Amino acid sequence: MKYCGKVVVTLKPGVFDPQGTTIRNALHALAYREVEEVETGKYFKIILEAATKEEAKERIQRMCDQLLANPVIEQYTFEVEEYR
Amino acid sequence: MRFGVVVFPGSNCDYDCFYALRDVLKQDVVFLWHGDSDLQGCDYVVLPGGFSYGDYLRAGAIARFSPIMEAIRDFVSQGGIVVGICNGFQILLESGLLRGALLPNRNGRFICRYVHLRVENANTPFTYLCTPGEVLRVPVAHYQGNFFLPQEELKRLEERGQILFRYCGPSGEVDERYNPNGSVGNVAGIASSDFRVMGMMPHPERACEELLGSTDGRKIFLSIAAWLEERAKCRLQTLRE
Repeated sequence: MKYCGKVVVTLKPGVFDPQGTTIRNALHALAYREVEEVETGKYFKIILEAATKEEAKERIQRMCDQLLANPVIEQYTFEVEEYR
Repeated sequence: MRFGVVVFPGSNCDYDCFYALRDVLKQDVVFLWHGDSDLQGCDYVVLPGGFSYGDYLRAGAIARFSPIMEAIRDFVSQGGIVVGICNGFQILLESGLLRGALLPNRNGRFICRYVHLRVENANTPFTYLCTPGEVLRVPVAHYQGNFFLPQEELKRLEERGQILFRYCGPSGEVDERYNPNGSVGNVAGIASSDFRVMGMMPHPERACEELLGSTDGRKIFLSIAAWLEERAKCRLQTLRE
């Protein structure tokens, strides 16, 4: 069975995000004064083969811990769906 | 004594390190390919600056899984000395050989200029020829050099003397206005708890000749050579006794 994992990695709260700040300032310059904060992050779409959805989830979590996120500065969320 | 300079796909300060060590400092030095796991009998390994694997994902994140890194891990556990410069520092942090992480510079820009560094601990293999509080002039060139570590861990690092260099003013004053990238506590270079691994953002290999504006970087490479020689002498002494 094929599964699709969608992973979003963002900086932990309290870690300064210069990209987000610059983008917020640019939005302000475009007169979107209502913007209070912008947070940047990374998105990964991972198609994988697994026996069950549980197994796919477990594999993706390990990928996040091992490579996709740096636990010192980043946190992640992900969801897994059947892929066709 | 032999120095090894690791070459990752995307390293671009490898030849600078090689040149500084062989031609300027007259040391025995070899290149080590990232895909190999043979350290060719090196006593001291340098992870040079550059953009290993294009800095994709995060700077240093992919290089950490190169076969040579496994060999370097064993080398360190057997007493070997390793220095990571700039991207090399990023690789050491990603591989867990040093604690912390490097974020994009606070001002969001690439910085390339000379900075002053205060030697915080001169009692290490990397600062052996320095005096405590000595100010070195060495250039930085990076986009992700903003060292981050949670406050309580930073405190522990400081207490154990693992902070080796801080960004400072020309006469050694550590102040936020001399912090080029936003690093916590103005930290420019740190060592592991056993002082076998050191990482720094500034480039000592670019400060080894008068022509380049500073020769202060020599001290960092020669410290290790002097420290290793001293250690070898001590061993010989013990054997004789």
